[in-house]
Amino acid sequence: MNLVDVKNVSFAYSENNFVLQNISFSLQKGSVAIIGQNGSGKTTLVKLLKGLLKPKVGDVFIKGINTKDTTAAKLAKTVGLVFQNPNDQIFKNKVLDEVMFGPLNIGQSVDEARENALRALEIVSLTEKSQENPYDLSLSERKLISIASILSMNTDIVIFDEPTIAQDCWGKTRVKDIVRLLVSAGKLVITITHDMDFVGECFERVIVLNKGKLLLDGSAKDVFSQEDVLSAAYLEPPYITQLCHQLHYDEVFLSPESFISYYESHRQKKETNDAKH
Amino acid sequence: MVVKKTIVVENLKYRYPNTSKLALDSISFSVDEGQFVGIVGKNLAGKSTLCEALVGLVPHFYKGAYGGKVVVDGVEVLNSSIGEMARHIGIVFQNPFTQITAAKLTVYEEIAFGLENLGMDRVEMVKRIDYVLDLLGLYDFKDRNPFELSGGQMQRLAIAGIIAMKPTVIVLDEPTSQLDPQGSEEVFKAVQRLSKEGVTIVMVEQKMEKIAQYADKVMLISEGKMIDFDSPQKLFSREDLENFGVEPPVFTTIAKKLNVKDETTGLYPVTIDEARRLFSL
Repeated sequence: MNLVDVKNVSFAYSENNFVLQNISFSLQKGSVAIIGQNGSGKTTLVKLLKGLLKPKVGDVFIKGINTKDTTAAKLAKTVGLVFQNPNDQIFKNKVLDEVMFGPLNIGQSVDEARENALRALEIVSLTEKSQENPYDLSLSERKLISIASILSMNTDIVIFDEPTIAQDCWGKTRVKDIVRLLVSAGKLVITITHDMDFVGECFERVIVLNKGKLLLDGSAKDVFSQEDVLSAAYLEPPYITQLCHQLHYDEVFLSPESFISYYESHRQKKETNDAKH
Repeated sequence: MVVKKTIVVENLKYRYPNTSKLALDSISFSVDEGQFVGIVGKNLAGKSTLCEALVGLVPHFYKGAYGGKVVVDGVEVLNSSIGEMARHIGIVFQNPFTQITAAKLTVYEEIAFGLENLGMDRVEMVKRIDYVLDLLGLYDFKDRNPFELSGGQMQRLAIAGIIAMKPTVIVLDEPTSQLDPQGSEEVFKAVQRLSKEGVTIVMVEQKMEKIAQYADKVMLISEGKMIDFDSPQKLFSREDLENFGVEPPVFTTIAKKLNVKDETTGLYPVTIDEARRLFSL
């Protein structure tokens, strides 16, 4: 069974002004990035997946259940959403209470919730801050607290809204590690983002939205190879991929690591060849 | 020709009220007229506090303990009110939504707002508004409601409102973090154009590839101290950069791992153009 099925979905906030038009895709466990310009419909799509909005046309199924037949509260056990701005999400004055709030809210006992919260704090490496006030922490740390608050609910689907925004490199590295960990634990990780380097490094599949329509859907490699289609949607591939294009490489690389190993092996080949001549 | 220094900071020390640690610790530097300076560093390093000290919010608004000297456009911040400083230096914040007055119905009137407050003559006001509409590429939107603009357009409007006041220096604190790639590029291009027109630019930014491409000089700040202030090539080539919580542009990262340097300068590439040149086999 698919974790997510989006079937012919259209949505409008006001009469006939459709911000999403005839969108269809299915998702299994793994990682998916949804990219597109501001106003392309990314946030609306996420709200539909979370059951906060219901499609005007078509259906959204989460683990086979139509979101029209259930409530956002029930879906919360399956779908977790980390807000873009942690300050919009965090409201308790102690880190542990904040991270325990979600599990308690979906019906876990206090002991269970505490255990899950402590495990989530361990994942984001902030165990030692559990008794502090979130607002005494840095923005990067608060972002990680907002992530832990969702991880503690142990949902099968975790959605991130712009997780790398306003993050310094320490925060970005933590976020990347968390995405990889969730994927290896068999979750479905979905992100909305403008950070193409983050997509190239951490996400297997990319869905491109443009003016409410699904423009591209495929592996990150396939999507980022189509520079012309992307530029029509005012998007650019990751910097590493752009460099590969400019160097006229046949192959496309999405992360610094893959570029480095390719370049190293070619440099060695060239040196061996030069030595022969 | 002697180049005018539009910013001179001497041994600046500052502590917020009710705190024990210095937020800014013995900072000294100067910036030439028309230079584009990028400020980088991890969260809580003191980047925003330094911006606030340049425009006078530190110490006039935040109070606290203050030492040293900040001179902008020949005016010492400590001896001038925030209002007086606004004639010399303007600031653009992270979120464009919070900078639009919401008191005006069109882009045109929004830009006029600051000028009206200066009590400017009408003829001069119209001239300046036309100039900034053109400079920031907002002419086609002049009759539109500011809240019907895209994020990038709205941020350019915030910058336009500041430019119209003709400050010598503009400070931008992570102005593109809320914008999509196209919106960010629009803002960088507009700011670059201003710097070419002679406006001094100070910009805090996390997007290192953009800073490397557009800034003349980059300042690295860590724990309230200025660690370095140099060309993007020299600063991002530092081998100890990561100790300060800063990752260089991705082109520099791969060049460091592969030990690919420019033979004449001994420095790593920081932009895609430099990388293309040095990585061609």
